[in-house]
Amino acid sequence: MDDVTSEFDLVLQAFWLTIQLAALSGVVSLVLGTVLAAMRVGPVAPFRLAATTYVNVVRNTPLLIVFVFVFVAFPNLGLLVGTPFLLKGVVAVSLYTAPFVCEAIRAGINAVPLGQAEAARAIGLTFGQTMGNVVLPQAFRAAVPPLASVLIAMTKNTSIAAVFGLMEATARMRYFTNNSADDTVIFLVFALGYIIIVETLSAGAWGLERRWRVAR
Amino acid sequence: MARPGRMWIVSGAMTTHRTTDDLVVLDHVDKWFGQLHVLKDVDLRIRRGEVVVVIGPSGSGKSTLCRAINRLEPIDKGTITLDGKPLPEEGKELAALRAEVGMVFQSFNLFAHKTILENVTLGPIKVRGHKKDAAEKRARELLDRVGVGHQAEKYPAQLSGGQQQRVAIARALAMEPKVMLFDEPTSALDPEMISEVLEVMVDLAKQGMTMVVVTHEMGFARTAGDRVVFMADGAIVEEATPEQFFTNPQSDRAKDFLGKILKH
Ligand SMILES: Nc1ncnc2c1ncn2[C@@H]1O[C@H](COP(=O)(O)OP(=O)(O)OP(=O)(O)O)[C@@H](O)[C@H]1O
Ligand SMILES: [Mg+2]
Repeated sequence: MDDVTSEFDLVLQAFWLTIQLAALSGVVSLVLGTVLAAMRVGPVAPFRLAATTYVNVVRNTPLLIVFVFVFVAFPNLGLLVGTPFLLKGVVAVSLYTAPFVCEAIRAGINAVPLGQAEAARAIGLTFGQTMGNVVLPQAFRAAVPPLASVLIAMTKNTSIAAVFGLMEATARMRYFTNNSADDTVIFLVFALGYIIIVETLSAGAWGLERRWRVAR
Repeated sequence: MARPGRMWIVSGAMTTHRTTDDLVVLDHVDKWFGQLHVLKDVDLRIRRGEVVVVIGPSGSGKSTLCRAINRLEPIDKGTITLDGKPLPEEGKELAALRAEVGMVFQSFNLFAHKTILENVTLGPIKVRGHKKDAAEKRARELLDRVGVGHQAEKYPAQLSGGQQQRVAIARALAMEPKVMLFDEPTSALDPEMISEVLEVMVDLAKQGMTMVVVTHEMGFARTAGDRVVFMADGAIVEEATPEQFFTNPQSDRAKDFLGKILKH
């Protein structure tokens, strides 16, 4: 118990790293996932194939393997050599999460009636404009609940970074549990930290859902 | 009931100015959905300012014909030209062409997440590159013209079907199209709302808009239509003036069809 309170700064630092990792990965995987979804529903066959292949391959790969790729295989190939650990973590988590984002958004896109895209094309919007102005804004609204689940899973997945030397929350917890008698309390403190982050995400998603329900 | 001005154009078209007066030309158009032959060797010329009413049984290809004209549906054989230019392949150029062709759908298809005003300004701003202020001013004029000006800040779901359809017409008009396509614009409406939409369409016809209208509203066809095109099984079976067609159809298919819809 003493360890946790006396070294409270270390705990905060660890969670700050977790939050950074989660926030950056969240943004990157949302963008990447949206691009993948647009490719999968788009008219260009090679894009469709590339996006579909990427989604299927990565979704069926364990996160740990993706980390090994980013932290070990990429540098061996001369990629991401001087990159800081945090950014490598972001790359790994984002590459892994993007397919899940893609599928959540694609489900959202499929929930938008076809007539919406047709009406957009009929007034002369290009494919990109149709997606950006008409389909995706509505798809995001429909995709908020599944996206929240994806982002929550992603936040917890950031803990894998511990294995690769990032002192984020889970790594710090292990450090404490290795040095302390009262493991249970430490575990509970860290669990509470994750719960706070995840609940913040859920509350955000709930707020968005409510706001958009009123708007329509 | 043709307007005098138009009669002159019609007779002109018959003699010297044939090609220049044809705004939309379908030439030997064929279209298949898999095995299903949905447009069979369709030839159709629509003159500038003409109102063509398309009638036919369910599944005869009326919607497909409309959708082919702005290439929402690609065709397999033949050519379609708009104002002398063939329809381009998918891409920027096609988008530009679609802006010249207004389309009104049976199910309105207003953008659900945008206000009425935004529905009407989206195209002018994104496609035509108009300034927001100018686009909104014009949009309000159009909304007033179709009688929903006071609803501009609402969302589509807050409007009645008739109001939504009039907004859809305003949205199409905001692009200043050369031709307007209507695919059963009143079929999804409650009876009391049909006339408010038809009135807007009749006005539009009076102002000389070129229109292709898929509808079974005989009243509209008689008041505003210059020509009725009767389709069955993907082919144009009969073309006539509305008066001729409704009182004295020539083909058995048309007689049979009119017999059925007149009974109700
Ligand atoms: N996307 C599609 N895929 C396959 N078949 C289609 C498709 N769209 C239409 N069809 C078929 O093509 C034929 C013509 O359809 P179309 O919608 O043009 O008819 P319509 O005259 O508009 O009928 P309705 O009066 O019912 O609207 C029908 O048999 C229909 O089932
Ligand atoms: Mg139809």
